[in-house]
Amino acid sequence: MTAPAAPPAGRVVDAVGGLPTRTVVSAGVSLAVYEQGPQDRPLVLLVHGYPDTHHVWDEVAADLERDHRVVRYDVRGAGASGAPANRYGYRLEQLAADLFAVLAAVAPDRPAHVLGHDWGSIQAWEAVTDRAGPRRIASYTSISGPCLDHVGHWARSRFARPTPRHVRQLAAQSVRSWYITAFHLPVLAPATWKLGLAANWGRVLARAEGIRPRADHPQPTLGADAVRGIALYRANMLPRMLLPGRRETTVPVQLITLTGDRYVGAALSEGLERWAPELWRRSITAGHWSALLEKGPTVAGMTREFVDHIEHGTATPALDLARHRERPVGKDPFAGRLALVTGAGGGIGRATAVAFAEQGADLVLCDLNLPAVERTAELARLYGRTAHAYRVDVADGAAMDAFATRVAHAHGVPDIVVNNAGVGHSGTFLATTSAEWKRVLDVNLWGVIHGCRAFGTLMAERGTGGHIVNLASAAAYTPSKLLAAYATSKAAVAMLSDCLRAELAGSCVRVSTIHPGIVNTGITRGTTFSGTDDAEQDARRERFSRLYARRNYPPDKVADHIVHAIRRHRPVVPVTPEARLGRLMSRLSPATMRALARVGMG
Amino acid sequence: MSTRLQVPAVRPPRGTPTFTFDEVDLDRFRDVQRLAYRCAERVAGRLEPGVTERQAAARLRRELVGEGVRDFFHIPFAWFGDRTAFRDFRTPLQFFATGRVLTEGMPYVLDCAPIVDGYTADIGYAGKVGENAVWGRIVADLGAYRDLILREVKARKPLDDVYRAVDELIVEHGYDNRHRVYPGRVIGHQVTRVTLRRPVGVNVLGFGVRTLRTLGRELIGERLHGRSPLWADGRASRHAPTPGLWAVEPHIALRGVGAKFEELLVVTDDDAYWLDDEVPHVRRVRAAAGR
Repeated sequence: MTAPAAPPAGRVVDAVGGLPTRTVVSAGVSLAVYEQGPQDRPLVLLVHGYPDTHHVWDEVAADLERDHRVVRYDVRGAGASGAPANRYGYRLEQLAADLFAVLAAVAPDRPAHVLGHDWGSIQAWEAVTDRAGPRRIASYTSISGPCLDHVGHWARSRFARPTPRHVRQLAAQSVRSWYITAFHLPVLAPATWKLGLAANWGRVLARAEGIRPRADHPQPTLGADAVRGIALYRANMLPRMLLPGRRETTVPVQLITLTGDRYVGAALSEGLERWAPELWRRSITAGHWSALLEKGPTVAGMTREFVDHIEHGTATPALDLARHRERPVGKDPFAGRLALVTGAGGGIGRATAVAFAEQGADLVLCDLNLPAVERTAELARLYGRTAHAYRVDVADGAAMDAFATRVAHAHGVPDIVVNNAGVGHSGTFLATTSAEWKRVLDVNLWGVIHGCRAFGTLMAERGTGGHIVNLASAAAYTPSKLLAAYATSKAAVAMLSDCLRAELAGSCVRVSTIHPGIVNTGITRGTTFSGTDDAEQDARRERFSRLYARRNYPPDKVADHIVHAIRRHRPVVPVTPEARLGRLMSRLSPATMRALARVGMG
Repeated sequence: MSTRLQVPAVRPPRGTPTFTFDEVDLDRFRDVQRLAYRCAERVAGRLEPGVTERQAAARLRRELVGEGVRDFFHIPFAWFGDRTAFRDFRTPLQFFATGRVLTEGMPYVLDCAPIVDGYTADIGYAGKVGENAVWGRIVADLGAYRDLILREVKARKPLDDVYRAVDELIVEHGYDNRHRVYPGRVIGHQVTRVTLRRPVGVNVLGFGVRTLRTLGRELIGERLHGRSPLWADGRASRHAPTPGLWAVEPHIALRGVGAKFEELLVVTDDDAYWLDDEVPHVRRVRAAAGR
């Protein structure tokens, strides 16, 4: 059944010159199999989708082969493999049999790890949910290809309970699946492929998903592959959707959702744990094909983590967070997310940390005052979350970079970063010394810059999105002659956030600016005043503190606004009524604000 | 007619208050306070998921009446869940018991102030049903406030400074000051023996009419001497602790979970002490320390 014979274990084999390393015959169709990587390592089988060939995995395989035996094959009807005589040869039962045949040939005595994309994922689901699945398959990573039977049940349950949300989900997925209907019409789809779509496929991908053109992709056989592959839809879609079976599995499944996928919506995987209780859910900011062709290393990394976990029981924090756990719906909206808060030793930072913990997030906290931030961590742990406290000076760029590396290594990349640390300062411009300027800008502006750079880079690299919250102030748009340095630093934070928001939009990292206003926190006790002696400084501090205490706006409420901003994706949030009024006035009548600035409030 | 003020020689000069209660009085106050805590503990012992605030408050009243209480400084209150933290309380009417149902893990506070023979107690009892780690932490920390208040009052610090010292500890702990939600932002109020005979058992807006009349008289009388029977952080409280009895009620919260205690503090002419150390929150702290 196989030729040539399997190479000896330990040897690295490669698909030299793009030629298959062996051919497997399944139900009369020969399948071209490509192997690479060390033979004695865990085997990962990659199954491609429509209208691709094994080349779509090139980047993923190149990364995985460092420490895995990687096997790919062209599915029937594609690339160098043979094609069945009619559409019935493309039924999922047959495709799953192909997968098992390849596994039997390359690894007869050891279960393998499977990674599938698009139709490759659909047929791998068939194999995974097969009775032989758990014996032959150790783990399964699925990208953009749900089990059709699961989708059938998904649609049924939504038709049966047409709540507005369910109707919306059905409508959204129908719009995404327009091409499936088109593939069922006679003549149209094959003609479209033949009359130019195949020739221009590379350009279509480049325009739609920003994929750089490369050798071997799209493959030269694309036109014929694509036309033959239409049979996949015609042979399987209607039977499975109309009469879905109950396909369950005990195989551990890692589901990778692509946030930019135009064809498979994230909602489709809702309730998947019913069929695959051992479930990990992860997501990548990428399109349907760009995930493999532009973010191959990310896909490979997630697969590697999952395979390592199944093989050796090792778990990275990110994988741990991704594991599906039963919990009451809607109770802990931040469950499984990691939030980092700077300046968490008191005031808004502490309140925000506790609010996150209450909503289910795990925490990494930092502050200059270690006992205070440890107390915050202690409070957060009361809600049953993990919380780690660090002493970090946000104004120190190198320390922040080191901190980010340490956090990523020890706890994973945070999903939420709140740049909260700040100091207060009051003084007219001419009275403010350069040392005072430096202190205010170092903490208020550079602290935010360091935080955004260190953690924003990690979040963008990880590619699964996130949220950065920067604490500005109502002073950012309320000029006052007495707040020259402070207001300048906060205005800079607001603008920095606006620019960063635009930059990170592509990587699904959201940025929110919070303008609290007068909030009763410890910031007044640390506020410095230009051109005053110590006694005067203390007196003013006392006066400020009393004013803020009398205003009596609790940090808890700011924390609630921050949580709301993250959940509702609010870009700019003025918090207190005076902050909102100031923002309105600064837009309606900047002249009024300029006049008020002379009064010297603050 | 002479315009000279006739001052009897035996009366102390006006404005310098003295401690007027003897041991018998203090015993009676202590008895009433114990009675109140006893009733609150009995009600708390029978609270289970499904009970509403109104039912709990009514049970507390029945218990007190059963023990012979005929009048109240204020009617019994019961707060469940995030109402223990007075979240979004905007009007005093929100203090009254509602139809809020107790569920597993919820904190609660029972607050009552019985009057027996003119002797008044005012207590607050914090509890929870089931497990609530946040509540446990808050209650464990409440002991520090009891010590702090006594220390500061013994040092004869102005009452508004004591209030701010409490606030500072609250900030340090990371909690939220909830006694500022009480009418007048008070952390405490003076308690005297109600001597008016009627009307007994008539309440207006939750407060006994005898209480209101006594309190009103006190407010005016004390105000004339630059003091206040209400203990808050304003200018009115900028005076050393007035000798007498003070019902002190620090009330703190972490987000939706609040806890308080309330008991009588005895301020004599030169010292201060808690009227009774055998109160539930002290026993709790002792038990926690013993573990």
